[in-house]
Amino acid sequence: MFDSLGDKLGKAFKNLTGKGTLSENDVMAASREIRVALLEADVALPVVKDFISAIKSKAIGQDVIKGVNPGQQVVKIVHDSLVEMLGSTNAELKFSSPPSAYLMVGLQGAGKTTSTAKIAKILTEKNKKKVLMASLDIYRPAAQEQLRQLGEQTDIATLPIIEGQQPLDIAKRAMDTARKEGYDVVMLDTAGRLSIDEALMAEITAIKKEVNPIETLLVADAMTGQDAVQTAQAFNEAVEISGIMLTRVDGDARGGAALSMKAVTGKPIKLLGTGEKWSEVEAFHPDRIAGRILGMGDVVSLVEKAVETVNAEDAQRMVKKFKKGQFDFNDLLSQMQQMHKMGGMGAMMKMLPGLSGMAGQLDEAGIDDRMIKRQEAIITSMTPHERENPDVLNASRKKRIAAGAGSTVQDINKLCKQLKQMQTMMKKMKKMGMGGMMQQMKGLMGGKADELAMMAQSMDADGLGAAMKDMPSDSSSPLGANPFAGGNMPTSGGLPGLPGMGGPMGMPQTRGGTKKNRKKKK
Amino acid sequence: MIWFKKKSKDTDNKEEIASDDGVISAEDIEAVDVEPKEVVQDDAADVDGGASQGWLSRLTGGLAKSTFKITQGLGDFVTKRKLDDDALEELEDVLIAADLGPHTAAALIEEFARERFGKDVDDQEIKEALALQVEALLEPVAGRLQIEALDNGPYVVLVCGVNGAGKTTTIGKIAERLMRDEGKSVMVAAGDTFRAAAVEQLRAWADRSGAQFYGKDTGADAAAVAYEAYQVAVDAGVDVLLIDTAGRLQNKTNLMDELQKIVRVLRKSNEDLPHQSVLVLDATTGQNAFSQVQTFGEMIDIDGLIVTKLDGSAKGGVLVGLAERFEKPVYAIGVGEKIDDLRAFDARDYARALMGVSDS
Repeated sequence: MFDSLGDKLGKAFKNLTGKGTLSENDVMAASREIRVALLEADVALPVVKDFISAIKSKAIGQDVIKGVNPGQQVVKIVHDSLVEMLGSTNAELKFSSPPSAYLMVGLQGAGKTTSTAKIAKILTEKNKKKVLMASLDIYRPAAQEQLRQLGEQTDIATLPIIEGQQPLDIAKRAMDTARKEGYDVVMLDTAGRLSIDEALMAEITAIKKEVNPIETLLVADAMTGQDAVQTAQAFNEAVEISGIMLTRVDGDARGGAALSMKAVTGKPIKLLGTGEKWSEVEAFHPDRIAGRILGMGDVVSLVEKAVETVNAEDAQRMVKKFKKGQFDFNDLLSQMQQMHKMGGMGAMMKMLPGLSGMAGQLDEAGIDDRMIKRQEAIITSMTPHERENPDVLNASRKKRIAAGAGSTVQDINKLCKQLKQMQTMMKKMKKMGMGGMMQQMKGLMGGKADELAMMAQSMDADGLGAAMKDMPSDSSSPLGANPFAGGNMPTSGGLPGLPGMGGPMGMPQTRGGTKKNRKKKK
Repeated sequence: MIWFKKKSKDTDNKEEIASDDGVISAEDIEAVDVEPKEVVQDDAADVDGGASQGWLSRLTGGLAKSTFKITQGLGDFVTKRKLDDDALEELEDVLIAADLGPHTAAALIEEFARERFGKDVDDQEIKEALALQVEALLEPVAGRLQIEALDNGPYVVLVCGVNGAGKTTTIGKIAERLMRDEGKSVMVAAGDTFRAAAVEQLRAWADRSGAQFYGKDTGADAAAVAYEAYQVAVDAGVDVLLIDTAGRLQNKTNLMDELQKIVRVLRKSNEDLPHQSVLVLDATTGQNAFSQVQTFGEMIDIDGLIVTKLDGSAKGGVLVGLAERFEKPVYAIGVGEKIDDLRAFDARDYARALMGVSDS
């Protein structure tokens, strides 16, 4: 929907390459684009203004890095400043002498109750704490019941519900129970309230005073717009929050609210809610949110997701095959299945820089996950022998497969052709190594790849070139063994074969290489 | 989903709070130095003036914060001055701060400037002119959830949206309203079989309003719930069936597939189902609302929108951009926790409240 800042600045600065330093005019020209990009990402206006003036003073007079588009350089400056502003360290949850009270506050529908259970689960499993959860939400129908059920599902104790008890009294009872029964942490889930609702804000202030929580977490929706500043400020004034938990980060909102709330409260973002499952809660990584705000995609997350999804053994096996230049239907099938696990093609595209817009184009072109499913059906209709030896497919075998998969011989021919292309590509890649591969990708992608490579470079001091050089050799690290992450080619080998996917799917491993390089430096 | 709160609080009380809050924020909100006292009086005037027409006063009360904010920005214009580039930029900023988004704000300002650039203008003129522009954009989408009487079964309304938008509460309110004001018989179906206690939450609303309730346990197949609810509703001869669904983020393919499945399965009973698909939007949502309307629209062809939580400090200004781009009617807005706080959407009132035009 929105162009990434990189795209925009790339256009704005087309003619500027080759200049010595970033002039005031260059930066001024960029600042309007940066402003719009940040506003589109829902960063609050006052924060945007401060941010831009900081950027201006930082950028003006900087030497233009050779070979980098000034636009990309500005993007890097913006990115780095965002990371800095978002907070460069992960803020850990704190504990007091037991019982530690955790107070969860926020607007209605921010995700407090789910977040309460998620945090309780982490504290129980990772920190080995004994946790008690209590719902102080007597207003929303079945809110207390919701937390009780979550307690059952997660196997975490909840305070028994006493009908008609007031929030402050529930809080007291929770603390008493915790003291008597030896709980380490008491999670107090409060009712959603509007920051302008004085009565309810007074209620929460009283609760805070009573239980003296070590953590008062503001739970806020990553989709929040300009209101983020008012809400964060109002809650911070009323109960002095200790940190922020940003929910629904797994959505496609750009998450500018994170920056707004951090900026106005000065309080760290401690956790991100990234899905409906209990395990889907993550520590905050400023660089990821920064990239996302700028519309540069969440490559790191994609890579990590791939690491989680891809079976390490499979990957190893595949790497060996690739090295030999073999690629058969089994490999294609397992790649398709991995893609499903990662949320399908569209989901992956959305996470990638500059490609979020292409998710829509894919649909138009009729390339969607259903098509991949059909192809899967074709492969699963083959015998093991056929899958391993694609060359044995003759007309009668194809007919049989088509009947089995409910498709046509033409479809099967198409699939065979794709496999051939992949094999050819792999052989080529073996010959020319990564550098040549990039060239080819450039061709496939038009200007896009170029720009992305540039961006990757600007994100990483060592540059893409260096990252790429050492990629093919290394397949021992977990990332390296990962077809999506490592640059061991399976990705660019496998996915390009999917119709029309040659360029785009080659991308993850480009950036993956950068990430890996980053890892190496540690 | 969640903004049901104390029932005891009366309307006046609420408005007072909203206005008071304006005073507090005047001291600490980021923007410019203006005279907050005067601004608050503006809001108060709105509230008082609207006492007879309840809904406007509620909206104005709810939008006090945004009104305040815009007025605050416009404070610089109290005395007449020439409309120059700087002035226009300030105007654009106040629109952006109300969540109109950079593009919509820029477009509005451009249009505004075309007629008035270089002229002497004052606060009131600016507010009125911008309100008129916003009204013109919103007028085409001011709609109503029209329930038709059908011979062959209930009128089916499917309610969907992202997590925490306020679907269940909205259904509770619609049900109560349809029964009380229009004398319809209503059944609600608990299609949110995912979230813990969502079924109980809807049942509580049904108990309160006296609507019939159909639901299964958490974890049941949502499409099956919808399908069976329709059968039960046909047999029971109710006028309206409101189907709740689980909150889902629009970029989750599997969840969107599930939503499509609900529609598909409903259509097994009757091709016309659902008669209305309503998307519930949270007013605190920023520019992601575009993605929500677009994707939900692509998936199940949304008929109209309901915007919730407009009684908070958020203004839902993204509505203006949505109206322009998607032209989906806005069926209602939620401005509070009481049944009466689910209001018909009136473009003029909303625009004027948003811009803080003080007469009404």
